[in-house]
Amino acid sequence: MDLPNPNVQNPKVDLSERDVILRSASPVPPPPERKLASVAKLIDVSKCIGCKACQSACLEWNNMREEVGVNVGVYDNPHDLTPNTFTLMRFTEWVNPDSGNLEWLIRKDGCMHCEDPGCLKACPAPGAIVQYSNGIVDFVHENCIGCGYCVKGCPFNIPRISKVDHKAYKCTLCSDRIAVGQGPACAKACPTHCISFGTKEEMLKQAEGRIKDLKSRGYAKAGVYDPPGVRGTHVIYVLHHADKPEIYAGLPNNPRISPLVDLWKGGAKYAGMAVIAITAAFGLLHHVVAGANRVKPEDEENAKKLASPKGRTP
Amino acid sequence: MTNSWTDIRNTDLVIIMGGNAAEAHPCGFKWVTEAKANRGAKLIVVDPRYTRSAAVSDMYAPIRPGTDIAFLLGLINYCIQNDKVQWDYTKSFTNAPYLVKEGFAYQDGLFTGYDEAKRDYNRSTWEYEIGPDGFVVADNTLQNPRCVWNLLKQHVAQYTPEMVERICGTPKDKFSKIAVMIGETSAKDKYMTSMYALGWTQHSKGSQNIRTMAMLQLILGNIGVRGGGMNALRGHSNIQGLTDLGLMSNLIPGYLTLPTEKEVSLDTYMSTRGFKPLRPDQMSYWQNYKKFFVSFQKSMWGATATAENSFAYDNLPKLDVPQYDVLRVFELMYQGKMNGYFCQGFNPLLSFPNRKKCTAALSKLKFLVVMDPLDTETARFWENHGDYNNVDTASIQTEVIQLPSTCFAEDEGSTTNSSRWLQWHWAGGTPPGEAKGDIWIMAQLFQRLKALYQKEGGANADPILNLVWDYKDPNDPTAAELAREMNGSVLEDVPDPTDPTKLLLQKGKQMASFATLRDDGKTACGCWIYSGCFNEAGNNMARRDTSDPDNAGVYSKWAFSWPVNRRILYNRASADLTGKAWDPTRKLIEWDGAKWAGYDVPDIVPTAKPDAVGPFIMNPEGTARLFVRGLMRDGPFPVHYEPFESPIANPIAPKIRGNPVARVFKGDMEQFGDAKEFPYAATSYRLTEHFHFWTKHVQVNASLQPEFFVEIGEELAKEKSIKSGGWVRVWSNRGSVRAKVVVTKRIVPLTCDGKKVHIVGIPLHWGFTGVAKKGFGPNSLTPFVGDANIETPEYKAFLVDIEPIVGPVS
Repeated sequence: MDLPNPNVQNPKVDLSERDVILRSASPVPPPPERKLASVAKLIDVSKCIGCKACQSACLEWNNMREEVGVNVGVYDNPHDLTPNTFTLMRFTEWVNPDSGNLEWLIRKDGCMHCEDPGCLKACPAPGAIVQYSNGIVDFVHENCIGCGYCVKGCPFNIPRISKVDHKAYKCTLCSDRIAVGQGPACAKACPTHCISFGTKEEMLKQAEGRIKDLKSRGYAKAGVYDPPGVRGTHVIYVLHHADKPEIYAGLPNNPRISPLVDLWKGGAKYAGMAVIAITAAFGLLHHVVAGANRVKPEDEENAKKLASPKGRTP
Repeated sequence: MTNSWTDIRNTDLVIIMGGNAAEAHPCGFKWVTEAKANRGAKLIVVDPRYTRSAAVSDMYAPIRPGTDIAFLLGLINYCIQNDKVQWDYTKSFTNAPYLVKEGFAYQDGLFTGYDEAKRDYNRSTWEYEIGPDGFVVADNTLQNPRCVWNLLKQHVAQYTPEMVERICGTPKDKFSKIAVMIGETSAKDKYMTSMYALGWTQHSKGSQNIRTMAMLQLILGNIGVRGGGMNALRGHSNIQGLTDLGLMSNLIPGYLTLPTEKEVSLDTYMSTRGFKPLRPDQMSYWQNYKKFFVSFQKSMWGATATAENSFAYDNLPKLDVPQYDVLRVFELMYQGKMNGYFCQGFNPLLSFPNRKKCTAALSKLKFLVVMDPLDTETARFWENHGDYNNVDTASIQTEVIQLPSTCFAEDEGSTTNSSRWLQWHWAGGTPPGEAKGDIWIMAQLFQRLKALYQKEGGANADPILNLVWDYKDPNDPTAAELAREMNGSVLEDVPDPTDPTKLLLQKGKQMASFATLRDDGKTACGCWIYSGCFNEAGNNMARRDTSDPDNAGVYSKWAFSWPVNRRILYNRASADLTGKAWDPTRKLIEWDGAKWAGYDVPDIVPTAKPDAVGPFIMNPEGTARLFVRGLMRDGPFPVHYEPFESPIANPIAPKIRGNPVARVFKGDMEQFGDAKEFPYAATSYRLTEHFHFWTKHVQVNASLQPEFFVEIGEELAKEKSIKSGGWVRVWSNRGSVRAKVVVTKRIVPLTCDGKKVHIVGIPLHWGFTGVAKKGFGPNSLTPFVGDANIETPEYKAFLVDIEPIVGPVS
């Protein structure tokens, strides 16, 4: 049973442009010179006490504040993820039909950092979403156009669009901290070691030990949540009832990228591209037939007038 | 704590009852998760609500608020009936074999000597049989019907699983499963740790709640061992320090007691503090009382405390009542007998029971001084905040002075945590605005008071004029200077009695520990139990060495643990009568044939033979007490008493209301409600998102739990047509609050004595200052009565009614 706590010393990886392996709405970059070890955040739901330290650490590290809301009869505050709240404790009161006992299932919700990221696939803005070779999926806000397609593309309903700057926000897996050898802020704040961070291999091993412990306590269906429908995730859960992920506040049983994204990126995309190509071909034809637009002397004269101080309207 | 936070990882079984560690102590709770994950330890939670601790437990059972003693006596009864007793331990290390005086008896909820009019006992029969040799008579075979063991056995016999279910509402099968799990720790190599907090203290029988668990832990052999113990989880980072330093009205530092007005001289004072051993060869460590006391007097009044003037004994105030606890203080204020009040670092308007009475009391003061880093409700008690503080400001004449002080992160010093660790910390920031450190503020007050006495004279000037104040900057003593003073120092050379050419103690040196303190005035020590914290080796509280030989969980080079850096109290009890560890895999200290040694500082004279000297060295018996003699006001054995406001009559003694010796002030008895008018059992508690009344001033915390609410079960909600997230009014015989409501499966009705009892849960964190939504606290509803021994108010069990209302227009 003696299971050592995972290593909390993370290597400084200097995460940068050269580690990007996927970029939204852009050609696949050439394979990077170095391949970083695949990382994962392990959330052991069976150790979670719902203290929300992760939630406050996330707000503090990212220097964001959530508004003081109201109580609507639950412990979840705010009541959903927001452009400021990248992570949220979701509480579910569930009566186990086998034992008749109540179980209070508390799940830390947030970006799962899918190996096959639906948001990135759906995103039409070049370079607004990137994936690094260690698995982190990150939003690059200066490239974001706020269209919200990433929300539609996400099988976990995670990104939120800010009403202030109309850009999409979600957990970055603290890519800024990880770049300098720090674990995510939530993992650092977690008092019960429910959240751990390391290489995915380490985390899966850690999960294995936890599952063994849970099985010894009668949770026969304890298991790890690393859904294959998105080719696995870089945020993984240990669940006491891995056969029923949906009881944990609607964690999808078999998450997949919406077929609409495939349609958009597949048929619709090519149809759209065909339209663009036809338009371009027409333009070329026009060029060939009608020739290029040429600047006439009177155009130059008008431009000079406009550019001179006198020519400007006050 | 008898043990430490880090030691909890060594346990086999954790019981959280009378507390909610995951919710209120999330950082300390990590050691429970460590024990579970790495040792396969199990966790039991017993609580009126299914809590955050219960969410990660292996076994949960509900219990009606205020019935813990019945549950625990039921467990003791189970252990006795089923031979789940660590016999060697119980026979040798407790007072089980001692004979009790003829004449002592218990019947129908009362012990011998009860005086109903005085609400008190004549406790003269609650005593041992003393033999002709002056020692307690013992029967090591436990056959004598008058021995403590047989009296205990008889006393707990009525707490059967059926009776437990009848009183507590805990389903019998759940109680029995818990009893089996706990009974297993009677094995010599299986240990249970008890983690409790205000859920046990805040009752009219709070002290007995804790005592009952201590008794259970003793007969299971779980005290003094790694992974065992009675572990009080303190509610503030330094509340342990507060009690250690004697900030109770009847104490002076190190758990010495203030004299009463009957003790007119040092000799009379000492005559009841002799602590003569009650069994042969016992240490009875309090025999050193006078050394600690005189050294304290010397640290206070230096050269002016002499043998001739009984070490300035007359400088100490003498109590005319048992204690000036918070309830008595507010009662006096309410009666107009107290005119001024200094409120340093707490918020009585939201902390003390019966808020209406508190407001009335504060309104009668001439002046109120509030020293606090935050703008508290108490400082604003005169301000009208609509429903949230509906006072008539114009009619309140109290002058309120706010002195903004620093918070813990803005000053240097040590705080003492639940583990009894004095941990030094350094300022992490500069205080905002005009905020000043508490020490600076008090130094200014002292300087001005002293100047006034010097100029104008006055009654009892000596304690002020002669107070030792030789700090480098008299206006701002440093934390280090104060710590050195608490550690103590040598005032005069003391020669070595075995070799007069050498010195035992050298003038001017810091005391190494309290072991060499003296009662002749040659040593000074501000707080004997802290001696060793800042000695010639330096500031031991600032140590940050995480080494832990053999992963014992002891960490003896981290900070300083009182007393004498001992990490587990009574640790001699971790070994058997030959001095070998009960559990060889969890050695703590062992007898090597000549002395005690091991991972921890032995809690015994290192050369005391294991079969001669008992491990409970502070008791004149040398053993731990299952029968506590006359030392507690409400009985030598615990008894189940109902809360003063209870949904049912006491099934074991229907005529007795509440704790029969708890103090009730005139007028407060009439303010207790009964079950006909107030049918629901209410309890109060904290939530993990907030820290008392502080964090409602912080945006992040306020957003995580924004608004005051109460919690009820689904069945009561249905009965009352209450919708989750809606508004309710909750009221008691003393006040009314308006709240949002959380309807939850985590609270279920319990059947007690044939009656269905619904429970209303009321969290504590809201008020009318700060950034969270304005709200109320449970103290608008709670009764003005405290524990019979130490007067901690009964916040955890009272009666209310509830109804749905239309919410306020926002």
